[in-house]
Amino acid sequence: MEETLSQLESAQESVADRSPRTKKRALALAIAAPLLLGGCELPSFGAFHGVTKTANSTFKLWQGFNVTAIVVGGITLLAMIWAIFAYRAKDKTSIPKQTQYHIPLELTYTIIPIFIVIGLFAATVVVENQVVDEPAPNATINVTAFQWGWKFTYPGHKAVVVGQTTQSPIMVMPENKNVLINLRSTDVIHGFYVPEFNFSRYAQPGLLNTFTFNANKTGMFDAQCTQLCGLYHTLMYFRVNVVSQAKFDAWLRAKDASTTQQEVIDANSAIALENNAGVAVNPTKSNGDGAN
Amino acid sequence: MTDLIERPVSTSDGDNVDHGTETSHHHDHHGPTGIMKWLTSTDHKVIGLSYTVTSLIMMIIGGAFAEIIRAQLVSPTSNLVSFSQYNELFTMHGSVMIYLFVGPFAFAGLANYLIPIQIGAPDMAFPRLNAFSYWLYLTGSITMLSGFLVGGGAANFGWVGYAPLSSAANSPGTGADLWICALLLTGFSAIFSGVNLVATIFYLRAPGMTLFRMPIFTWNMLVTGILILLAFPVLTAGLIMLYCDRHFGTHIYTVQGGGVPLLWQHIFWFWGHPEVYILALPFFGIVTEIFPVFSKKPVFGYRGMVFATLTIAALSLGVWAHHMFTTGAVLLPFFSIMSLLIAVPTGIKMFNWIGTMWGGKVHYSTAMLMSMGFLFTFLIGGITGIFLASPPLDFFTHDTYYVVAHFHSVVMALVMGALAGIYFWAPKMTGHMMHEGIGKIQFWFLFIGTQLFTFPLYLVGLHGMPRRMANYPINPSWQTLNEWGSVGAILIGISMVLFLVNVIYSWKKPVVAGDNPWDGHTLEWFTTSPPPSHNFLSLPPIHSERPTWDYNHPDHLAIEHNHKKQAKKSAKASAASDAS
Amino acid sequence: MKFEGTVLTLLGVFYGLMGAVYWIWSKDDTGGVMLVGALALGLLPGLYLLWWYRRSGKRLRTEDRQDATIEEGAGVISSFPDSSIWPFVFAMGCFMGVLALVFGTWFAFPAIALGVMAMAGFTAESRRGGDI
Repeated sequence: MEETLSQLESAQESVADRSPRTKKRALALAIAAPLLLGGCELPSFGAFHGVTKTANSTFKLWQGFNVTAIVVGGITLLAMIWAIFAYRAKDKTSIPKQTQYHIPLELTYTIIPIFIVIGLFAATVVVENQVVDEPAPNATINVTAFQWGWKFTYPGHKAVVVGQTTQSPIMVMPENKNVLINLRSTDVIHGFYVPEFNFSRYAQPGLLNTFTFNANKTGMFDAQCTQLCGLYHTLMYFRVNVVSQAKFDAWLRAKDASTTQQEVIDANSAIALENNAGVAVNPTKSNGDGAN
Repeated sequence: MTDLIERPVSTSDGDNVDHGTETSHHHDHHGPTGIMKWLTSTDHKVIGLSYTVTSLIMMIIGGAFAEIIRAQLVSPTSNLVSFSQYNELFTMHGSVMIYLFVGPFAFAGLANYLIPIQIGAPDMAFPRLNAFSYWLYLTGSITMLSGFLVGGGAANFGWVGYAPLSSAANSPGTGADLWICALLLTGFSAIFSGVNLVATIFYLRAPGMTLFRMPIFTWNMLVTGILILLAFPVLTAGLIMLYCDRHFGTHIYTVQGGGVPLLWQHIFWFWGHPEVYILALPFFGIVTEIFPVFSKKPVFGYRGMVFATLTIAALSLGVWAHHMFTTGAVLLPFFSIMSLLIAVPTGIKMFNWIGTMWGGKVHYSTAMLMSMGFLFTFLIGGITGIFLASPPLDFFTHDTYYVVAHFHSVVMALVMGALAGIYFWAPKMTGHMMHEGIGKIQFWFLFIGTQLFTFPLYLVGLHGMPRRMANYPINPSWQTLNEWGSVGAILIGISMVLFLVNVIYSWKKPVVAGDNPWDGHTLEWFTTSPPPSHNFLSLPPIHSERPTWDYNHPDHLAIEHNHKKQAKKSAKASAASDAS
Repeated sequence: MKFEGTVLTLLGVFYGLMGAVYWIWSKDDTGGVMLVGALALGLLPGLYLLWWYRRSGKRLRTEDRQDATIEEGAGVISSFPDSSIWPFVFAMGCFMGVLALVFGTWFAFPAIALGVMAMAGFTAESRRGGDI
């Protein structure tokens, strides 16, 4: 930080001899910091660590961006605070030196950010390729969003889970397997968002979106529609249940053997919604037994 | 009906800025008075003030919507408003703030008032078009707000109006039509403002006011004008297609008839992202005028500032689909690198503002405090925005409160810029000072409120709370964060009340400002407060971008850092030109 | 004039290049077409200004010259209408026009009437006041 301060200060003084070296050091620091620190234990900066393979890499990228942001933003902030407090006018009339240009300094803070941006872009591309990659799937789930609920079907099996508004349907998926999701919408745009998967994607009418999850932790994860889709957008919850492959297979077999369709649409929910106050917002009821 | 406009002759003699006041009665207005004066005026100063006042009223209306929204979110199961009312509220909050306040305030309010004065022009290039554009804006605002009066309520599909939610089937009712028609009116109003800005700046500059001697505010307004002309026609075309879909049976945005809903997002954001810079650049311009004046220095890196503004204009048309990363149907790397790159010129501006204060004599006036608040808040909003340029990070923050917090950091910075502009230029516009004490209290409420409002929202967004939810899961940490956000919103509300108090106080107890209360740099501080009809009785010689300063402080001209070398070089050059 | 034209032309050319890269890379027609539109919107006024600059014999205007004095620009520069009711009337016509789009065609009658009135008013005003 001191280096950069002195670097900015040189706007006032003559060009110091050490300034090129300082710049190089600052540049190296800014670029290397996220890479060096990436290996260490870093705070989460508020985000989820992620429970899928891609969510983990996304989380690492998030940490790298944060470190860069804190370094660059911190330097800027210190310079800002210094400029605000150190140069407070003591009298009303005195006029400081009228410096308007310092070309080397201006070039420095043009070129360094370009390198930082290229670094960030490179890291982004690496992670992005992992996230959008579609390896050969071990299981496939068709997800259909509608106003205002979700329907999960499993091609080749009879299992169907549907739920709307206050019922939150559960998407069952196996652990440590590539699960291909085919995402569709029947009416307007919805957002398929699982916070702990660090991922969201629009469900759009007339457009099929596909992506792959490989969850590395079992458990129940809350999820929700993110894109405004009309009146009951607020209530469009669902949950994701990640189970072991054995449990998943058993659940699918049970559904295939069962004669009753799993489609349940709760008529009461519509009534409950009319007077808004009675809405159980936290999805406690769930539809589909969720293979527990 | 017509005035013949003459440019004044220079007064290079005399050392007193206060010239012209005694002769101003020559330019007294004759013509309609009272309400007819307001209805018929083509004076850019009257129109500029009308724009400013109207847009501030819109800010208060939009702010009231925001306070209701924050009140609703204090509790996860609140039923202060119903779901459909909530949808209407956030739609109209966004629409009023974006379409009716931030843009018109800057590129039509302050710009209208100041641009002709800053470049030494008697009026805008097309005064009647200017008046027409104000009336379109006013009727457009009335059209949009009248949505609340019709059956079925106002538009409720978000300020972005995504197809197919905005189709006739999904959003029937006149509220949606009123929204579309309001945007048609205000869209044309913006286009005409853009035409006027560009034409005025290209054709009505005073002698010697070359492009590279224009104040940065004028430069930014020129680029804003160009961006308006590039972006707004696209939105208008999109809206006409949306209207046709709703009423004439076309299927441009509906799957059923072979249309493509995604087209709306492309069109909307092709307007929407340049629009972000159309909103931001004027406020960058405002603070770029204020930092130098209250640091008693020229703006640091003037040419770099102009270069940065032009770079932003160039790149801003190539970033629209970073709003659409999660559609899964756009080219991710292209929009990612373009969006990341646009941070570079923005960073240059940030460092130039800091450099302007560096080594100066910084005076903590209200306008300067607001500008400093802008600087900090915009730093936060800018840095959190860089994350969104990275598709993997956008995937999990898109449509969550993280995004909401990001752009509220940005727009609250712009609001501080707006207030900085008002405190700075109100003496020029009214002839009277705003009360500095109330202003400073207002600043602290606004500044603390803004941070208190945005920081919890960043966190709750990262915890997975989507935007536009009337209720949310019962989750103690979400509720606490939302409560803090609402406390921040209340502080912001108090600061706006203080602003109104200040306006009324300064109006009832006027303190005469004089022509140049801040020791200003640019031409508007050379004329009287408020300026006479057609702005100038005399003009100083223009040798740099701060003619008034040069006139008042001829011994303190701007210098380069290595000015001694520079002086030698220019001496050599002038010797060479003398020889030839 | 030269610099103004150059700025717009360069912006247009940049949009064109960006559009070319984008269109070839993404094969998305929507964005490609819009960027080509931006190219045209940059070139149209830019080249017009440059053409005008050539036509006027590459003379610099006083506002383009570093050494111009205020005296050089003194005198009448244009005629500006002092006040006019017609922008308001025309805007009311437009307002009625959009209300016709929302509430029904009967609003179109006052819209057209006001529009025609305002047009006539504008024209007459310009003729009366056009003494330069």
